[in-house]
Amino acid sequence: MELTGAQILIKVFEEEKVDTIFGFPGGMVIDIYDKLEDTSIKHILVRHEQGAVHAADGYARASGKVGVCLVTSGPGATNTVTGIASAHMDSIPLVVITGQVPTHLIGNDAFQEVDIVGITRSCTKHNFLVKDVKDLAKVVKEAFYLARTGRPGPVLIDIPKNVSNTKAPYEAGQQVSIKSYNPTYKPNMKQLRKVVNLIDSAERPVIFAGGGIILSGAAKALTTFARTMQIPVTGSLMGLGGFPGSDPLWLGMIGMHGTYRANMSTSFCDLLIGIGVRFDDRVTGKTDAFASQAKIVHVDIDPTSIRKNVPVTIPIVGDCRSTLESLNTLIKPLDKTTLADKRKPWMDQVQKWKEQNTLAYKQTDTIKPQYVVETLYELTRGEAIITTEVGQNQMWAAQYYHFDKPNHFITSGGLGCMGFGFPAAIGAQIARPDKTVVDVAGDGSIQMNIQEMATALQYQLPVKIVILNNGYLGMVRQWQELFYDKRYASTCMNCGPDFVKLAEAYGALGLRATKPEEVIPVLEKGLSSPGTVIMDFVVAKEECVYPMVPAGAPITEMLLA
Amino acid sequence: MNEEKHILTMLVDNEPGVLSRVVGLFSARGYNIESLVVAPTIDPLVSRITLVTNANLPEIEQIEKQLRKLINVIKLRDLSGKNAVKREMALICVKAKPENRAEVLRIVSIFRCKVVDTGLEHYIIEVSGNEDKINAFINLLKPMGIKKIARTGALALFREPN
Repeated sequence: MELTGAQILIKVFEEEKVDTIFGFPGGMVIDIYDKLEDTSIKHILVRHEQGAVHAADGYARASGKVGVCLVTSGPGATNTVTGIASAHMDSIPLVVITGQVPTHLIGNDAFQEVDIVGITRSCTKHNFLVKDVKDLAKVVKEAFYLARTGRPGPVLIDIPKNVSNTKAPYEAGQQVSIKSYNPTYKPNMKQLRKVVNLIDSAERPVIFAGGGIILSGAAKALTTFARTMQIPVTGSLMGLGGFPGSDPLWLGMIGMHGTYRANMSTSFCDLLIGIGVRFDDRVTGKTDAFASQAKIVHVDIDPTSIRKNVPVTIPIVGDCRSTLESLNTLIKPLDKTTLADKRKPWMDQVQKWKEQNTLAYKQTDTIKPQYVVETLYELTRGEAIITTEVGQNQMWAAQYYHFDKPNHFITSGGLGCMGFGFPAAIGAQIARPDKTVVDVAGDGSIQMNIQEMATALQYQLPVKIVILNNGYLGMVRQWQELFYDKRYASTCMNCGPDFVKLAEAYGALGLRATKPEEVIPVLEKGLSSPGTVIMDFVVAKEECVYPMVPAGAPITEMLLA
Repeated sequence: MNEEKHILTMLVDNEPGVLSRVVGLFSARGYNIESLVVAPTIDPLVSRITLVTNANLPEIEQIEKQLRKLINVIKLRDLSGKNAVKREMALICVKAKPENRAEVLRIVSIFRCKVVDTGLEHYIIEVSGNEDKINAFINLLKPMGIKKIARTGALALFREPN
């Protein structure tokens, strides 16, 4: 069967069961858009290509599927870079299709030409330039395979216009085999037995769970493991929801804005089992002082993550889920009372740290941002999918919304990309129409991709935006307050816009709360309204996120509220 | 921790952009490349890259892992140590005034290399061997005046087991 490149691309999309594409058309992808009209694949027209990538990212995280974007060459392609870099840092499976000028013009500085393969080489898992339509089907298949297997990540395919509009034979159902790419899923059993022995002899064990738990679908296996062995669990920002936030074994998030008990437990444990984590600097603080009394077990599917930042006693390369499931078959749980006796001194200590409730905050006559998130948690019964922007809003969401389930917390963890939350919420809402999806935002970051309001309205997506409006770029202001003598250089943004009017301008509902007693009514009304809603909470202007570990300090050195 | 010289050899897909991925990885992560040789193997779809880098132990572990992670790297081996044959070639253009010509040729014959081009005032000499030999050769020629030099960087192959 002879098909054009555009048709072949769409055939492979169908083979890969793509149901939604986020994109923005342009001259070099016009042939693909033309053929897309003939399919049942839903296309979401965003208002900026960065929004398309973040939306595909949110879609991928909420659904567990590969997110797909389609943009044109030149500026269309360069606008995707931030979104791709964010997905790369957080290991999110995406396939990004960029149009390219015809092959005979490549390298001539043609109109809207940019070397996007060169530009994205270091922020994709892999990328391709397709120069011959005969290679297209194979490349697209490989791209999906690479994106979702091993350590997932974004894969970009650059398709010149003359590749999408010329014909080639197409054969369905080609198998992918890449000789140099064989990710290790099954862990080494010998290493696992060593871990079991370490657990047996450990007196103060802690599990440190990361994004790998969510990506590999290991939440259930992790919960079984931790409960069977009665080991307390902390999580990275990316790991939230990987272990139930309401479980007594949960310590809370670790790191720069981690809870007191999580940071103390990690610092004084004698065995740290890191699963699907990469010991990022926001987690470890000063690496020499991190878990310095502990033997460290590190499980990750990506060998480069292991021993990159911290020394490891037992490295295990493998998929988190498969590793935990194997571990669950190897562990020999003691009977309940013996185990409880054995753990008692450690649990008592953890409990003492837990009693230092470092997330307590004082209610005043201005709205506290923490109170907004806490109330949101109560009103949604912890069932909502929460996306965040980046900064204080992100940390408060992480601290005060207690995630019980995986795939419910969607945030730009590694890249820390402002403007992420709202488009990601759009993607998440499309993946999960049954869910309440809330973007917890700041007044600064929401303005970075506010244009996607039009997208939300066009597709009637009931995304709720909660703006914690303090008139500042709050996290940078916090650093300036604490470390730069309160010199608020370029962090004040107290000139609006009026977010209620802005919502109305787009045809959405806008609500505002300025007093604590208005928080519940506004949230109730906003959450129960059928369409897109912006809720503007005018909060205490100079509230800080605590605890806080100054950058580069040991994580035991927390500034407390 | 002590830095040591490592000679890495890898088989990679012979495709545009592959070298750029390898080199980009070194520049992005702050590793150094001392020398680099690339050419196709007997299989035209596969090239061999031979690369020399200075790194301490944790660094070389990361470098090797990161290189293996590249989709286009098929196989990688650290050929530091004695189990590999290592060679380098250099072309050296040395000044050869009449009074020096005999001395240059004597050095050439001691090192068993050859003159591949000659003019009224210069020789171009081709020398191959391990790095030390080439360095020694260059040192001996220096007093005559070296006009230009081109070195390949190290090549290496693992010795087949007997």
